[in-house]
Amino acid sequence: MNLTRRHLLLLLPAAGVAWKYILAGTPEVAPNYKLTDHWWGMLIDLTKCIGCGNCVRACQAENDVPDGYFRTWVERYHVTDYDIENPQVDSPDGGRKGFPPAKDPSGKNFFVPKLCNHCADSPCTQVCPVGATFIGPDGVVLVDKTYCLGCRYCVQACPYGCRFISPKTETAEKCTLCYHRITKGLTTACCETCPTGARQLADLKNPKDPIHEFLKTHSVQVLKPYMATHAKVFYNNLDGSVR
Amino acid sequence: MQGVEGFMYPNEVELQWSVLIVLYPFLTGLVAGAFILASLERVFNVEAVKPTYRLALLTALAFLLIAPLPLQLHLGHPERSFEMYLTPHTTSAMAMFGFVYLWYLMAVLVLEIWLDYRRDIVLLSQSTTGVTRLIYRAMTLGSSNISERALHIDERAGWLITVIGIPSAFLLHGYVGFIFGSIKANPWWSSPLMPVVFIFSAMVSGIATVMLVYMFLTWSRKQTIDMRCVDTVARYLFYIFIIDFTLEMLDLIHRIYESDESFRSLDFMVHTKLYVSHIVVQIFLGTVTPILLLGATQVLNLTDRARKRIYGLAGCLTLIGIFAMRWNVVIGGQLFSKSFLGYTTYKMGLVTREGLLTAIVLTVLPLVILWVLVKLLPPWPERHTRPDSVIAHAR
Repeated sequence: MNLTRRHLLLLLPAAGVAWKYILAGTPEVAPNYKLTDHWWGMLIDLTKCIGCGNCVRACQAENDVPDGYFRTWVERYHVTDYDIENPQVDSPDGGRKGFPPAKDPSGKNFFVPKLCNHCADSPCTQVCPVGATFIGPDGVVLVDKTYCLGCRYCVQACPYGCRFISPKTETAEKCTLCYHRITKGLTTACCETCPTGARQLADLKNPKDPIHEFLKTHSVQVLKPYMATHAKVFYNNLDGSVR
Repeated sequence: MQGVEGFMYPNEVELQWSVLIVLYPFLTGLVAGAFILASLERVFNVEAVKPTYRLALLTALAFLLIAPLPLQLHLGHPERSFEMYLTPHTTSAMAMFGFVYLWYLMAVLVLEIWLDYRRDIVLLSQSTTGVTRLIYRAMTLGSSNISERALHIDERAGWLITVIGIPSAFLLHGYVGFIFGSIKANPWWSSPLMPVVFIFSAMVSGIATVMLVYMFLTWSRKQTIDMRCVDTVARYLFYIFIIDFTLEMLDLIHRIYESDESFRSLDFMVHTKLYVSHIVVQIFLGTVTPILLLGATQVLNLTDRARKRIYGLAGCLTLIGIFAMRWNVVIGGQLFSKSFLGYTTYKMGLVTREGLLTAIVLTVLPLVILWVLVKLLPPWPERHTRPDSVIAHAR
């Protein structure tokens, strides 16, 4: 087929639109996603966590997390029966490569995965001077990288140590619950790769979500409940020594 | 991990707020304190401190002009800082900084200085030549009326602005304390006493600065130091320092007696990583010693020469102590883990954006600006131009 001037004129607008999408990067549009239909959280069953570090690796690969920083990490607790208030905790490289054998066989050892708690009353969004970090109608706390000043006030305000300043963007960064995935009907990278199903994405507004049955039948707790942040990451079998 | 003892959440190892954020409350504190000293003469009619009145205002302005710089240099995206004015997040204590700062700078300090100096500026714009004349003419803002009636209006307006300025100065620095005191995640900061402690420590540091600057400049001009003035300033410094120390001790005793879950961790930090800066420098060297020195001048019959030396020493120690207090609040509040299971270390850079050199430059810069302001607007009592008749009439 010969390419005529008419063809070229017809193709140019289409090429222009295509180029606009190329410049915009990967499109994040999820046309069928309705924000108000969801209220996202996560369920972490500590009886199932084996400390393999799959979740940490998957998160870093999925979200291009800079080295030395963590959107999620795993802690190992060692608690002796006579000193419950002073647990020994370690998290070498955020538990990314798993854990070496425990040094002390006495007492109890268990793993605690951590991530942003996507608090309904989050102190980080409260203190942001420009509202660059916010909670969406679907309950996910996000950061607008194009708007964040990098003042680090939110990092100070988070009681759980979940935020950091990305050396790449000089803006605040944290777990987004893999927003680019969950808005398309997928689960998070950490839940996807957890070999034991210890991490489960939960939609509290979905009446069919198994979270409802689980919450009814198990003793579930959130981290630092006295902070009154209305955290939405629920832990099954959370030990009193966990901070 | 290097520099870490015990367990820190992995994202906590790196300190977020550096020495520049130590400087920021230190500088704004000097502003608030200097202004409150100035208001003693203007509103509370403490005639003895009159020689420091204008100097205190200029000192406040010099430090206020530099106060936001450490914040600006610290931001990841300083080019976006104007967003705080355009789209402020109303629940954020930090967002209000821009407005409190602008209000204090433009509506209080600059206006009060302009009104107080207006007569001098008009006269200088007529008596000088060349570029200096142009500068003074610009500073008149087109108002060259220095009739007695006009000066009377200036005096009334200046008095009113000082009255508004006192709560504004409290707001400026109380707000800085609130930025830290309202962070519930951090037990070292979270305290309703924090804004009050910040206000009183601000007054202490501001008064000490003006006292030192007055003594130094008078000495450098080979003039006689007005001992009645310095004695009065030192007496106020002594009283306010006692209130400040009492508040800080109240906070400390409360923490020790309550011994909540964070206490063991904080107590260990104070006795190890913060021992020198908190116990030695802040409490003993920077608080107890100047209070004892200033107290000695109140009860002992000392010569002028001895009192001058003691005021100089006490003033310097006070500033060191207040700087240490800001250091211990800002840096100390980030050395322990929010898990209360470990500690990290602050490594200050030397020639980096947030390093020691930048901090030194930002500390010296207000003094350079003050030097320029003093040259431009001489604050000396012999040139104090508010005629007594106008003052008496205005009051």
